[in-house]
Amino acid sequence: MTTKPKVLIPVALGTNRDGDLADAFQAAGADTEQVPLTALRTGERSLADYQILAVPGGFSYGDALGAGRLLGLDLAGWFGEQLQAAVAAEKPIFGVCNGFQALVRAGLLPGEDRKAVLTENLSGRFECRWVTLDPVNDTSVWTKDLREPLRCPVAHGEGRFVAEDLGEVEQAALVAFRYLDEVGQPTEAYPANPNGSAAGVAGVTDSSGLVLGLMPHPEDHIVARQDPLRGRASGGNCLPLFQAGVAAVAG
Amino acid sequence: MGNTHAIVIGPGHVDGGPQGPLAQAQRFDLPVHDIAEFRLVHLQADLEATQLATLANALLIDPVGEQWSLAADADTPEDSIVIETGLRPGVTDREGAELVRSAAEIGLTIKAATIGRRWVIRGELSEAEIKTLAERVLHNDVIERWALGSLPAAFTDPTATAPATQSVTLDGLDADGLAEVNRSRRLGLDPEELVAIQAHFAEVGRAPTDAELEMLAQTWSEHCAHKTFRAKITVEPGAEGGEPEVIDGLMKSFLRSATDQIDAPWVHSAFVDNAGIVAFEDGWDVAIKAETHNHPSALEPFGGANTGVGGVVRDILGVSAKPIAVTDILCFGPQDLDPSELPDGVLHPQRIRDGVIAGVGDYGNKIGVPNIAGAIVHDPAYTTTPLVFAGCFGLLPEGSNPTRAQAGDSIVVFGGAVGRDGVGGATFSSQTMGVETAEIAGSSVQIGDPIVEKGLIDVILAARDAQLYSAITDCGAGGLSSAVGEMAEELGAEVDLQLVPRKYPGLAPWEVWLSEAQERMVVATPDPEPLLALAERWSVGASVIGRFTGEGRIVVNDGDPTSGGSNVIDLSCEFLHGGAPQRQMTAAALSLSRPERSAVPDSFDAAAHLLALLAHPSIRSNEDVVRTYDHEVLGGTVVRPYGGAAGDGAADGTAVIPPGTSGTRAMALGIGLNALIGRHDPEAMAWHVIDEAVRNVVVAGADPAELSLLDNFAWGNPTDPDTLAEIVAACRGCHDAAIHFNAPFVSGKDSLYNVFVRPDGTPDPVAPTLVITAMGIVKNLATVPLTGVVAAANDVWLVGPLGGALGGSHLDAILGEDHGGAVPAKDLTALERHHQTAAAIGAGLVKSAHDLSDGGLAVAAAEWAFAGRLGLALDVPETPEVLFGEGPGRYLLEVDPDDEAALLVAIPGAVKLGVVLPDPIVVMGDIEVSLDEIGEAWTNGPTSESEGGVA
Repeated sequence: MTTKPKVLIPVALGTNRDGDLADAFQAAGADTEQVPLTALRTGERSLADYQILAVPGGFSYGDALGAGRLLGLDLAGWFGEQLQAAVAAEKPIFGVCNGFQALVRAGLLPGEDRKAVLTENLSGRFECRWVTLDPVNDTSVWTKDLREPLRCPVAHGEGRFVAEDLGEVEQAALVAFRYLDEVGQPTEAYPANPNGSAAGVAGVTDSSGLVLGLMPHPEDHIVARQDPLRGRASGGNCLPLFQAGVAAVAG
Repeated sequence: MGNTHAIVIGPGHVDGGPQGPLAQAQRFDLPVHDIAEFRLVHLQADLEATQLATLANALLIDPVGEQWSLAADADTPEDSIVIETGLRPGVTDREGAELVRSAAEIGLTIKAATIGRRWVIRGELSEAEIKTLAERVLHNDVIERWALGSLPAAFTDPTATAPATQSVTLDGLDADGLAEVNRSRRLGLDPEELVAIQAHFAEVGRAPTDAELEMLAQTWSEHCAHKTFRAKITVEPGAEGGEPEVIDGLMKSFLRSATDQIDAPWVHSAFVDNAGIVAFEDGWDVAIKAETHNHPSALEPFGGANTGVGGVVRDILGVSAKPIAVTDILCFGPQDLDPSELPDGVLHPQRIRDGVIAGVGDYGNKIGVPNIAGAIVHDPAYTTTPLVFAGCFGLLPEGSNPTRAQAGDSIVVFGGAVGRDGVGGATFSSQTMGVETAEIAGSSVQIGDPIVEKGLIDVILAARDAQLYSAITDCGAGGLSSAVGEMAEELGAEVDLQLVPRKYPGLAPWEVWLSEAQERMVVATPDPEPLLALAERWSVGASVIGRFTGEGRIVVNDGDPTSGGSNVIDLSCEFLHGGAPQRQMTAAALSLSRPERSAVPDSFDAAAHLLALLAHPSIRSNEDVVRTYDHEVLGGTVVRPYGGAAGDGAADGTAVIPPGTSGTRAMALGIGLNALIGRHDPEAMAWHVIDEAVRNVVVAGADPAELSLLDNFAWGNPTDPDTLAEIVAACRGCHDAAIHFNAPFVSGKDSLYNVFVRPDGTPDPVAPTLVITAMGIVKNLATVPLTGVVAAANDVWLVGPLGGALGGSHLDAILGEDHGGAVPAKDLTALERHHQTAAAIGAGLVKSAHDLSDGGLAVAAAEWAFAGRLGLALDVPETPEVLFGEGPGRYLLEVDPDDEAALLVAIPGAVKLGVVLPDPIVVMGDIEVSLDEIGEAWTNGPTSESEGGVA
């Protein structure tokens, strides 16, 4: 019998979508564990014992000093060696919303010293609405087999991706998802693009394709009953994204 | 004190919209052209220039697009005005605390840090205009400081010494003397209560301490003891004469008695705990509660609403339940009110609204609990007394809330440290407000710290599952005094205040005991060690502060009295909880005569009135607000507040599947309120709003045979006999309607003294407001109707009477005057229609549904069509009563023509009104409006208009 891959979901003070992320990875066939950062610091748990790292959404440290900054500091400072070992071992790493913000702050995304930040939405407000995502990256282990657009909610106030050199990020093919408008075109226009990210960037990967971060919450569209278009439209379920990550480490 | 450093970072993103500072300044006619915002960081630290650079680069600026400089070196254009604002020392400052913590993480030592704002303003402003800009737009004096130019750094004083406990002499004081003690300490006690306290201490043979008086005032406050709802009320006979009616407690006689009489098997706990507890499905219960946070929200809208949500979430945690949904019902004054009409001491309704909405969103979003239902009402009667109702719903394994503390159990406090913020919250909320309230009550208002509360949720649920405590409650208004006092009612307790963590020194013992400082829970446990370990694992503070004794006294010491400590409180539980005399009150006879409805005026224009109604500030879309609340987190939301073809159509009720349950059932929520009717007839209002809440949950798919209700009353001064008469009438309506609907109340909260006293002494009371929340269970997820019509050629059916009442209607609200006529009467036939409609839904016959509510049939049809992006053709006469009349038990249903026979079996009285059209128009008789017109009015109508309500 093969054992299920284990997903580490770290929980900082203020993390809150860890349960949603655990449900999604479990639905995709993995075992998950939500581990407080204190247990990682004391050595009670170690990233080495897991096959996937998935950093969940929420408001770690209350978004103090900028969303994801202090969790990013923890990741790079306290767990820098464990993270480097995970990258060297080619373990998939996933960051959603606040987790994405933290991976960017920690320097894992877009990676290789590229300067980028997820900053305040152009609307100036927190936005919670469903969006349509085009999976545009065909090399990342997470997205290479995704063919159809995904639909899921966003829920963030600081999700506008700003890179010092977006052209280079595009050139290196690191964009993973773009917001689509109602006719299926990538968009910068509100509200289909809820934060005003240039070129509709909703998520990026690193050059290895193993590290993926995105602002929307695919973990909240795993079963049909979650879909607000239930009874009017179908498709856009995000389970395949999680299945891809799990499949990459299974067997 | 060490050195202080001031650093400026930015420029930040300034909200250029109608809520932004520039738009607000222009509302006050200030000649401001531009406002730029920078963050202003004050550090108490001894850092070298290179260390400051390290700190700024690592922790303060964004790597793309931001700069930092020392505040003294910052480059400001010469012709600009600089205003700096910052929190007052001691106000909750999560960012400052995190900066201290994270600086240590990169090897830098900071003693203290605060983060304020520097505003760089362009415009030609006089000194007076600068003051207006600072005080009305850029800062709130209740929690912040400001300066023209450079704001000096200010931190709490680490050397402050604490005042000692003092005795307060009551012996020999006459009524005036007692009243003076009451006034000067702002105790808010009744004269009879003061006499009872005086007599008690005469018997004990000593003077009370300040802490004892404060604890009694808190325990006996309206906020905690609900003395109006427990009072003996004499209702004067009306014009027809007869004997006065005597009511021995509104709560007992009307609300609890209805619940007792219904004796519903699904109710597991009503009124006795922090929240009601009802059955959900095998093995699972849900806990439900709604609270008010009105006074604080009037003074500091963000903090008031923020801590309102935090408080009700703690109530749910206080019955060992996992919070799974929050709600908010908000009542504001007109948004376009001329600022010159505002009395001193009152914030502009738009500023209140913006702050409250931001505060509600901030708390729910940060703790990760979806905000799934609410309402926003605008009316001039809420200008000086805005209302904020916050609800929370939780999930717990059946029977998992332990409620029996044992003698010998330790008292453990989880969460944040105490400070001076929130001292006196309970007594403050139990009195009327005036010009000076903002000044004297500043310390009663707090800023929340939702991240700490999220940690509390994690710890308490882990402790619950490991069965580590024997009783639990939250620290709400009244702090430890209230929490420990209530838990120790039958046992007594002994506490050492030296064991209570403080934010800063200098607090008097009574302040430590009474501080409401948010985000704290208290548990009783035979073994604190595992709890303390759990708290450490989840990064939450925890302390053992004393024990339950079994000796029937509350004994509070500040250190060990035998070695230098002092005795602070020594009160018998019997007197504390049973010593207050029952309040005696008088209610006037209510006169309820309504003039005949005046004839339809020549100016009546149904299509124009429909569009005006859709744009009415209490009817129009609040999607822009709801989108700032996370209603998706936890992944269980199945009926959203806004849905339909484009996600912008209004749902009636909403529904969530509690995470971790079977997934075959959902919890549906519905809300009813209507102060327009309440002004004319509070009893009819109670029937009307209960019916509205029931309709909402039925449309969300709930079974109306198994409902639970929450009541929230917000009224003015109950010692006014006319006001009390309205409250009595509303309670009577609640009682009768609950029994009729077989829907028990399981929890509630009254908020009284919602009166602003104008500088000339005129009282300005709130509109009589009753909010009903209904919770029902969706037992068949597959048949829940969609939001908005679904397919052209389906039939449209009406359930209930075609016409409605126009007295107290929204039509009169937009017409700007009361045209008379009866308000919607109670309708004993409505109940059957709710059950029949639910049966039709359960049988899968209803594609979509919308209830007839504010604005009647025409508004319902327009909203429903817009939500589905399809048209409607309804064959109805276009009279005011048919189009705009309001009344109970009415629905519009969309049904496949093939299901007509089955529908008529389920609902024999249903009437076919028309069909769904493929074209984007709504036709009712001779009236035709396009979906574009509907959408424009409904989504872009003004958020308020001065004539929005009828006084």
